[in-house]
Amino acid sequence: MAYALSLKNISYTYHSIHQETLALSNVSFDVKSGEFVAVVGPSGCGKSTLLHLIANLLPLDTGEIFINGYPLAISKEKVGYMLQKDQLLPWKTIYQNVILGLKIQKMKQPDKLERVNHLLAAYGLADFKNSYPNQLSGGMRQRAALIRTLALSPDILLLDEPFSALDYQTRLNVSNDIGTILKKEKKTALLVTHDLSEAISMADRVIVLSKRPGTVKSQVKIQLSCEEKTPQNARNSVEFRDYFNQLWREINEV
Amino acid sequence: MKSEISNEQKIYLQNIQKRKYWILVAQISLLLLLLFIWEVSVEKEYLNGFIFSSPSRVIQCFYSMLKDQSIFLHVGITLLETMISFLLIMFLTVAAGVLLWWFQTLADILDPYLVVLNSLPKSALAPILIVWLGNNMKTIIITSISIAVFGSILNLYNGFMKVDPERLMLIRTLGGTKTDCLRLAVIPSCIPLFISLMKVSIGLSLVGVIIGEFLAARAGLGYLIIYGSQVFKMDWVMMSIIILCLIAMLLYKLLHILEKYAVKNM
Repeated sequence: MAYALSLKNISYTYHSIHQETLALSNVSFDVKSGEFVAVVGPSGCGKSTLLHLIANLLPLDTGEIFINGYPLAISKEKVGYMLQKDQLLPWKTIYQNVILGLKIQKMKQPDKLERVNHLLAAYGLADFKNSYPNQLSGGMRQRAALIRTLALSPDILLLDEPFSALDYQTRLNVSNDIGTILKKEKKTALLVTHDLSEAISMADRVIVLSKRPGTVKSQVKIQLSCEEKTPQNARNSVEFRDYFNQLWREINEV
Repeated sequence: MKSEISNEQKIYLQNIQKRKYWILVAQISLLLLLLFIWEVSVEKEYLNGFIFSSPSRVIQCFYSMLKDQSIFLHVGITLLETMISFLLIMFLTVAAGVLLWWFQTLADILDPYLVVLNSLPKSALAPILIVWLGNNMKTIIITSISIAVFGSILNLYNGFMKVDPERLMLIRTLGGTKTDCLRLAVIPSCIPLFISLMKVSIGLSLVGVIIGEFLAARAGLGYLIIYGSQVFKMDWVMMSIIILCLIAMLLYKLLHILEKYAVKNM
C-alpha cells in the first residue's frame, strides 16, 4: 500500500538580493495513513518551508512529493493546513468562518454543512455559532480554526505550530483537545513544532531535523505505556522524560 | 442589561453626563458670543459694516435670496457638484486601488507619478483645465476630483498592501484564488480605512468644488463668494461662507452616521 505522504529528496533554496539560503537539503520521509508525525528542529531549520511545499504554497525545486502514491501536482487528495494564528476573520461569525473553505470551493452541499454542524456540536462550539471571534477564548478560536480545516475533509492535515500563539495553560488544554479530535477523526497529520514535549505527547513518531540546511537527522518512534494515548496521559507516562532527553540531545548535537 | 448599579457607578455616570452637557452649552455660548461681538462692533461702528457685514445683514440677505429662490440654485449647484465629485473620487479610488494591488509591477511603475501628483498643489491645474475644458461644470468637477483622488488612491493601496500576509495565506490554504483573496480578505480588511478616506474626501471635494467655482462658474456658493467680493457685496460672501460651514458639518455628520452603521454591521 502506498504511503499517505511520501517525500523524496526534497531541497529548497530561498533567494533574496543579499544572499541565497539553502533551507532544506535532501529531506526524505514517509507518513502512513492515520499516523501522527511531528517534525522538530532548531529554529530556522526549514520546518515551515516543508509544510508550505507539501501544501503547494511554494513551488517545488528539487525532489518529489507523493500523496497516496500520486505526485503532488496531479493528486486529487486534499491537504488541510492549520496556521500558527487562528486567522478567524473578525467580521464573520464563527459559523461563517468555519464554512469559509466550503464557500471558496463552492461545496456548500447539505451533507457538508451537516458535518460542520456536527463538528461544532461535538467540540463545544454549537452555542457560539453566531458569535464573533473576539467573543471567544484563545482555545475556542483555535478549535474553530481546526473545524474550518476539517470541514473540507482533508486527507492529510498539516499543523504549523498551531499552539505557539497561545498562553501556556491554554496551550496544554488545546493541544489535548486537538490531539484527541484528530485521533478520533483518524486523520493523517504532520505537526511542525519547536516544543519537544508537545511533539512527544501528540505524535506517534518524531522526526528531528538538523540545523540549516535542514536534513532528517533521526526518527524516533514514540511508544508510551499509558492505556489510552491522549496528550494529557502521555505527559504523565514513565517514558516521557526519557524521550524528552533523547530528543533534546539529538537537537543540540552538532 | 445589568440591573444592579452601585452608587459610585451612578455618580460616575452622572458626572460624565454632566460634563457632556456643559461642553455642549459652552460650545453654543461661544458661537453666540462671537456672533454678538460681531453684531455689536458693527452697530457701534468699531467695524465697518460695508466691509465686515454683520449677522443681521447676513440674515436679511439670506431671507431676500430665499424669497426670490436664488439661494436654492446656488446651494443646490454646489451640493450637486460636491456629490458628483465625491462619488467619482470614491469609485476611482477603489478601481485604481484594486488594479494596483492586482498588478504589482504596474504599481511599481506608477509609484513616482502618483507621489508627484499627490504632492502637487492641484489648484495650479485649475486654470489649465478651464482652457482645456471650458467654463463649465465639467471643469469644476474635474478640479475637485484632482484634488482628492491621488492621495486617496495612495492611501487605499497602502492599506491593501498592509493586510496580514497570513490572512492571505489562509485563503490560499483553503484553496482560494487571487480573486478570493481580494474579495474575502483584502477588501473587507480595509473597510474601516475606506470609511476614513471617505471622510477626508468629502471635505476635499467641497474644497475642490469651491476652487473650481472661483474660476469657472455662473452659479454656486464659490461663485457667490468671488463675485460678491468683486462687487463689494460682503453680505453675500459672509452668508456663503456660513452656509459652507453648515454644509461641511452636515456632510461630515452623515458620514459619521454611516461609519457607526458600518462598524455595527461588520
